[in-house]
Amino acid sequence: MQGSVYLAVLAVFVPLSLLSVGGGAAVLPEMHRQAVLQYHWITEAQFVADYAISRMSPGPGSLIVTLIGFQAAGFLGAVLATVGIFLPSSVLMYGLVRVWSRHRGAPWQKAMERGLAPIAAGLILASCLTLLRAAAGGWLVWVVAIGASLLVYFELAGGLVMVGGGAALFLLVHG
Amino acid sequence: MDGSPEPKPGAMAVFLAFARIGVTSFGGGLSGWIMQDIVRRRRWIGEEDFLAGLAMSQALPGVNVVNIAIWIGYRLGRGRGALAAVLGIVGPPMLVVSGFALIYDWLTRFSVTERAVQGAVAGSIGLMLAMGLRVGRRNLRQLAPALIMAAVFVSVGVLALPILPVVAVGAPLSVALAWWQERHRAR
Repeated sequence: MQGSVYLAVLAVFVPLSLLSVGGGAAVLPEMHRQAVLQYHWITEAQFVADYAISRMSPGPGSLIVTLIGFQAAGFLGAVLATVGIFLPSSVLMYGLVRVWSRHRGAPWQKAMERGLAPIAAGLILASCLTLLRAAAGGWLVWVVAIGASLLVYFELAGGLVMVGGGAALFLLVHG
Repeated sequence: MDGSPEPKPGAMAVFLAFARIGVTSFGGGLSGWIMQDIVRRRRWIGEEDFLAGLAMSQALPGVNVVNIAIWIGYRLGRGRGALAAVLGIVGPPMLVVSGFALIYDWLTRFSVTERAVQGAVAGSIGLMLAMGLRVGRRNLRQLAPALIMAAVFVSVGVLALPILPVVAVGAPLSVALAWWQERHRAR
């Protein structure tokens, strides 16, 4: 019955790929429902731990699927879950960028670039607010985030210094 | 002839650049890291091109980071470039997350782990905020883009409305306005 587990992993994650509108976080509740409640691949506590691990790791937060896939069906399960969640949406994006590149410099494209810029800017600023509100750690999060943003904005330091410095500062203050 | 000032990197260079971001981007907020490294530091893609790709990455289904990697990768080396960027941003971090899973029980024995992660998250939000300030300032030069930016920020950030309807209403409006302005100027 090994083969059916692999199929089930694909059956869970491939549709989620196309449902993840607005990013991977959008399908987290559905992922939880299927992996924990429906297929019983992992327990509630394991799901919470997987989420915490994917948050503390670098890279896309959606790599929680790698962990769930592994717990469901071993190494191949991890690979299938990861490919499953990324492939369908990637094909869609690939199609879009191909069409876009073919018409490089067309007037409609210039208008789209100019028109989408304020939308992207608004979304980025909204993400910052959402992340700041959701982050654990109280006032120090705001201090570190705003301080870091100014340092990066004025090109005084890069990302690694910010992340390392943030971690060090938290340890100093809260010990 | 597309006006790109820098020579385009090969697939291997694209893979390595995205892999580097993939394994160093503690705290999440990867689009901030990508803008800082690929757009600002390496200058592989123009800021407007990146922002258009970012807006579409968020509107289409899929993990935003992977979508923007495809966008940038394709620009740099078509199919091979897109594949290299995706493998870079997904592959090495997969190994790291698996490694963390192995030592997770050991790591959580120390209270400092949680603190350090909180601090890393705060730092990475700062990186994202710097990107927001930068692109935000550009859109403040004219009234209409400034208002559109503010409306998107309030609907998604403050009112917590879902992204898709906001983009579905805001993007056509904003693009139509840009189109109209462009034609007006041409005359």
